[in-house]
Amino acid sequence: MNKILKIRELAPDVKEYVISAPDVAKNAQAGQFVIVIVEKGGERVPFTICDYDRDKGTITLLVQTVGYSTHKMAQLKEGDSLSGFTGPLGNPTDLDGYKKIALVGGGIGTAVIYPQAKKLKSENRTADVIIGARNSGLLMYEKELSENSASFYEATDDGSKGEKGFVTDILKRLIEEGKNYDCVFAVGPMPMMRAVCNLTKNYGIKTVVSMNMLMVDGTGMCGCCRLTVGGKVKYACVDGPEFDGHQIDFEEAMNRISAYKEHESEHRCKIRG
Amino acid sequence: MDLRNKTQEQPAKVRATNFKEVSLGFDKETAKKEALRCLGCKNPPCRKGCPVGIDIPGFINFVKSDDLDKAAEVLFIYSNLPAVCGRVCPQENQCEKYCVRNNEKMGGSVSIGALERYVGDYAVSKNILPKKPEPNGLKAAVIGSGPSGLTAAYYLAMGGFKVTVFEALHEAGGVLVYGIPEFRLPKSLVKSEIDKLYALDVEIKLNTVIGKTMAVEELIENFDAVFIGTGAGLPMFLNIEGENLNGVFSANEFLTRVNLMKAYEKDSPTPVKKGENVIVVGAGNVAMDAARTALRLGAKSVTVVYRRSEKEMPARKEEVVHAKEEGIKFEFLASPVKLLGDKNVEKAVIQRFSLGEPDASGRRRPVPIEGSEYTIDCDEVIIALGTSPNPLIKNSCKRLSVTEKGTIIVNDDLKTSIDKVYAGGDAVTGAATVILAMGAGKKAAESIIEYFKKGK
Repeated sequence: MNKILKIRELAPDVKEYVISAPDVAKNAQAGQFVIVIVEKGGERVPFTICDYDRDKGTITLLVQTVGYSTHKMAQLKEGDSLSGFTGPLGNPTDLDGYKKIALVGGGIGTAVIYPQAKKLKSENRTADVIIGARNSGLLMYEKELSENSASFYEATDDGSKGEKGFVTDILKRLIEEGKNYDCVFAVGPMPMMRAVCNLTKNYGIKTVVSMNMLMVDGTGMCGCCRLTVGGKVKYACVDGPEFDGHQIDFEEAMNRISAYKEHESEHRCKIRG
Repeated sequence: MDLRNKTQEQPAKVRATNFKEVSLGFDKETAKKEALRCLGCKNPPCRKGCPVGIDIPGFINFVKSDDLDKAAEVLFIYSNLPAVCGRVCPQENQCEKYCVRNNEKMGGSVSIGALERYVGDYAVSKNILPKKPEPNGLKAAVIGSGPSGLTAAYYLAMGGFKVTVFEALHEAGGVLVYGIPEFRLPKSLVKSEIDKLYALDVEIKLNTVIGKTMAVEELIENFDAVFIGTGAGLPMFLNIEGENLNGVFSANEFLTRVNLMKAYEKDSPTPVKKGENVIVVGAGNVAMDAARTALRLGAKSVTVVYRRSEKEMPARKEEVVHAKEEGIKFEFLASPVKLLGDKNVEKAVIQRFSLGEPDASGRRRPVPIEGSEYTIDCDEVIIALGTSPNPLIKNSCKRLSVTEKGTIIVNDDLKTSIDKVYAGGDAVTGAATVILAMGAGKKAAESIIEYFKKGK
């Protein structure tokens, strides 16, 4: 049982959880993920690790309420415990060797680029950060990211904060203006990651994305999270979750994550009454 | 003439719609009648067929005299999981194959498996728990809580070790809980076997992935001995076009969703696709489990397709018989070469095969017949072609020697390339049976106990 120590509401339907998990925190690295079982008998749901504190033995996750299990999670309070917590799984982010990096975050993916920004800054390799959301209320980790970036840019679909438009608009402008990025690390909803990849492909800039596929065990046992990368079948859980975005068959991946959409909406009706 | 006494079973039509156990086993009277068929051979050939060498006439003898406590005692010398093995061992290729009654004239082999189950169930119902031995002051780590890990843990604990089992999933039992369905192996039974370990003060650390949460090296440092029983968990696919369409599953995923995650229960948080027209590829026990599970989830039609003929099927005979009785269809000498569909799989292109010369496995090699392709409709395809070992352990422990296939290399004592680290089960052999994995777990435990005895 892993206790929830702290909950912070970052946006409507988005909460940050600080969870006691000393075993996981001990070896956790940015880019890896955990499998959470909210309550006994519940689903195994993967979440990317947003932050960790080895001394305090905690893992920080950002959870957006989208389906049955995340609804259940949203009902928990500080002091409550999760039934299962496994990790760290998958491979850590590897941005070694790149000189000029742009970190691009969309939605709750923003939280996943934060530990990267922190790490790069600690190595004196501070990166540019671009984040985006539908509106200003959904932008998150703004303070943390602006403090840990060389330049910080924001975009909202409705223009309520930062530039009106998408993260790709800003990224395109920066590239055109002569920022010689040799790597883009993009995390967010799949359509956003695909748009970033389509853009950077034109400029031949290496682009790494984190694929949030559906999973069951998260250890390579079931193949639920398989996707095609460079014409080969890969498992997001053991081969990823991060891949060369230019090699990914996004259409197939987006189809695969929609496999249980109907089931989810049925479940949601029951919860929301 | 078949003189074998039959076990009670749920009628095929009834059981095809529920997840309750198919075989109800022997009642007291039938068990005794069947036991009396055992000739009690002086040099019993059946024992040679048993991977763990159970004294078969020995335990059956006590069934004859209604002394089931004694019968259980005999079984427990050789096996910690008789109720499980009585259900899932391929007896027709093991003990029962060598039984002197295994011919027409003698009325067929004694039903050793069913008798083992009968005694195993008795032991479970009586909750006969092992007595705690004197601690020997040594600590052992067991990686994986499947058949080999559970067995190694049991015998190490019986040998006085303080045992900690590390399990990646949120429930202990490995393939016994995620793979083998409830209708073939009730989970309550697995639980009672695991309770036996708790009675021996074995600690089971769930949700702990060795190679990720903790390194193998950490265990080597902190324990006097380590047993690796991580099985063969990685599913194989056909590598054909269309295999990543929705509705196409590895048997591992399909069965894990249903068995471990209880997706067959109404309102289960974990969903599973309930296909109407299901194709299962492969013909081992896992394929039979997947096919019969799909049927129980409400499929209108379930077809098993297999590249070879019925004779080469690796599944237990009883499972094939049960599957046929329940209405599973079989297409032999056939295998998909392409799956078609937009988002979800809609059709499978199947190619015909003929049998050529025997291959390395001794079975006749399937040879594709050019131009024999035909297309059938389906909305779910389950791939049950076998599994290979998970590389997590090897990747996190470079000095552990493995074969090209990724199986761990061990010596005759099941010791790996690292001192005090032993391995057994599917992680060593590649996908095999529960009883072989158990046998390995027991043997490794004995080797470890022996090693420390010598040292003293």
